[in-house]
Amino acid sequence: MTPEDLSRLANKIRRRDLQAVFEAGAGHIGGEMSVIDILTALYFRIMNVEPANPAAPHRDRLVLSKGHTALALYIVLSEKGFIPAEEISTFLQHKSRLNGHPNRVKVPGVETNTGPLGHGLPIGVGMAKAAKLNGENWRTFVITGDGEMQEGSNWEAIMAAAQFNLDNLTLIIDHNRLQQGARLAETNNLAPLAPKLEAFGWAVEEIDGHDMDEICSALSPGTITAGKPKCIVAHTNKGQGISFMSDNVAWHHKVPNEEQYKQAMAELEGALE
Amino acid sequence: MSNPYEGAKLHDCRDAFTSVLEALGSDNTDIVAVCNDSVGSSKLAGFRDKFPERLINVGIAEQNMVGVGAGLANGGKIPFVCAASPFLTGRALEQIKADVAYSEANVKLVGISSGMAYGELGPTHHSIEDFAWIRALPNVPVIAPADRVETAAVIKWAAAYRGGCFLRLSRVGVPDVLPEDHVFELGKANYLREGGDLTIIANGVLTHRSMIAADLLGASGIDARVLNMASVRPIDEAAVVRAANETGAILTCEEHTTFGGLGSAVAEVVVDQAPVPMTRLGVPGIFAHTASANDLLNDFGMSPAAIADSAQALLERKG
Ligand SMILES: Cc1ncc(C[n+]2csc(CCOP(=O)(O)OP(=O)(O)O)c2C)c(N)n1
Ligand SMILES: [Mg+2]
Repeated sequence: MTPEDLSRLANKIRRRDLQAVFEAGAGHIGGEMSVIDILTALYFRIMNVEPANPAAPHRDRLVLSKGHTALALYIVLSEKGFIPAEEISTFLQHKSRLNGHPNRVKVPGVETNTGPLGHGLPIGVGMAKAAKLNGENWRTFVITGDGEMQEGSNWEAIMAAAQFNLDNLTLIIDHNRLQQGARLAETNNLAPLAPKLEAFGWAVEEIDGHDMDEICSALSPGTITAGKPKCIVAHTNKGQGISFMSDNVAWHHKVPNEEQYKQAMAELEGALE
Repeated sequence: MSNPYEGAKLHDCRDAFTSVLEALGSDNTDIVAVCNDSVGSSKLAGFRDKFPERLINVGIAEQNMVGVGAGLANGGKIPFVCAASPFLTGRALEQIKADVAYSEANVKLVGISSGMAYGELGPTHHSIEDFAWIRALPNVPVIAPADRVETAAVIKWAAAYRGGCFLRLSRVGVPDVLPEDHVFELGKANYLREGGDLTIIANGVLTHRSMIAADLLGASGIDARVLNMASVRPIDEAAVVRAANETGAILTCEEHTTFGGLGSAVAEVVVDQAPVPMTRLGVPGIFAHTASANDLLNDFGMSPAAIADSAQALLERKG
């Protein structure tokens, strides 16, 4: 898919996400809107995965460590063919397999169960190490939130990945500058992230996390530095694509009312023209 | 057949927690709140606005949060460390063990939205192991208040108590069960209903459900005693032994796995001191399916009607 096609698809995924949050009356819409471009590029341009064989041993792995944005992953997985598109309407419903955080035991395509923040990167280190031990060349991608990087477990994993020379591991930090209740700057400011990761021995690239060209190029295998894990600091906006949600801390897990829903949908549709 | 809480107002116990904490904070400047990006979910905005320098938000870092709490206690502060219960107890369990329990630090651990209050967010966000985990540690009383009144009483008690403790709060609306002037006593059960046929022992959001179940049983001529057992450790051994001796059968109800929680704590006393038939209701040792908090309790056999049915079945085993 070309970057233009990817952007159109990401727009469709945003609209489906908005609708599902509105209908379910819950979700983490801000962080979903910020991560959708990255997820779309990964699944439709970069990653080698087989929906018909979700456990294919040589598949590339993705860990959505910011598991509260599971809905965005579910929709991407449905677009890719891992789960039926109709199933998205069961999100959070009684006995649905699509609960608020992804479950690998129930949902094909999910690699590990996330929800408590700060778990994905250590698991990603283990995956990347396994590929090295096996002499295989599949890649591992981990997406964390920027607030999530306050968890110490991430920094333990960052040290391990550099020590193990895991150049088959890519960490993408969804750097939308907001956490649950406030801006990172008012809570525990990790910015600037790039020099910290560099100091820990990682190769770091900073991109506009909503620019498909930049996302695709940063994720492409050609940009890997031999012997070093890679971190992409993706500068994003929480609530991207919806003016009144964008960069607004109120929209971590708020649910739009009818009027807000219509306006948000109109804005996303307008962006297609 | 009457529901004693028909039409009663339902309260989010977090409100009682924060209003008492703010009042205590005005009188005692040593009281501080520590949280993990949870000002909203722990309802600490009022405390923050009143005492901005005494709200310590460490960010999304629970192990650090509990350690910081222990250090604050060492420096003479009275920290109320507040976080969603699964992350407070699960993520920081070793800090709770070494820094709070073993070091006997004066840290008040407040587990917010415990049990299955997070409903559809799923098992990562359910805290149905916390009684078992914390109950296994010395020096940390484990307390699950049943309503707004008891929550307020427990927070007052905790501020005055010298030592660590774990307070397990919910966000699910519950009616008032205890009288307005209720005073919390550590390790003491509350006799909410007298009865001689069997005893139902419950705490947290299960207490009012058990009271409704007892009324349903009453309509079928069964007299159930109901004990509210907020204090899981230390547990009121005398009340459990009396229940066993006087009613001959005990049913426990908890928003927790049946492995190691209130039912287990009661059973330990019963086996040692007064063996009688028991049934332990709770989450049967599995990860829950997708459902709302109240639906999950119903699905796991803890609707008032299902509690009453379990009581009837237990009576048949009474001999
Ligand atoms: C261990 C843990 N602590 C707290 C939470 C509650 N929580 C869910 S999302 C969130 C904020 C996450 O912020 P960030 O990582 O920046 O994600 P994004 O902005 O992309 O939504 C918090 C604190 C959690 N899920 N896990
Ligand atoms: Mg963020």
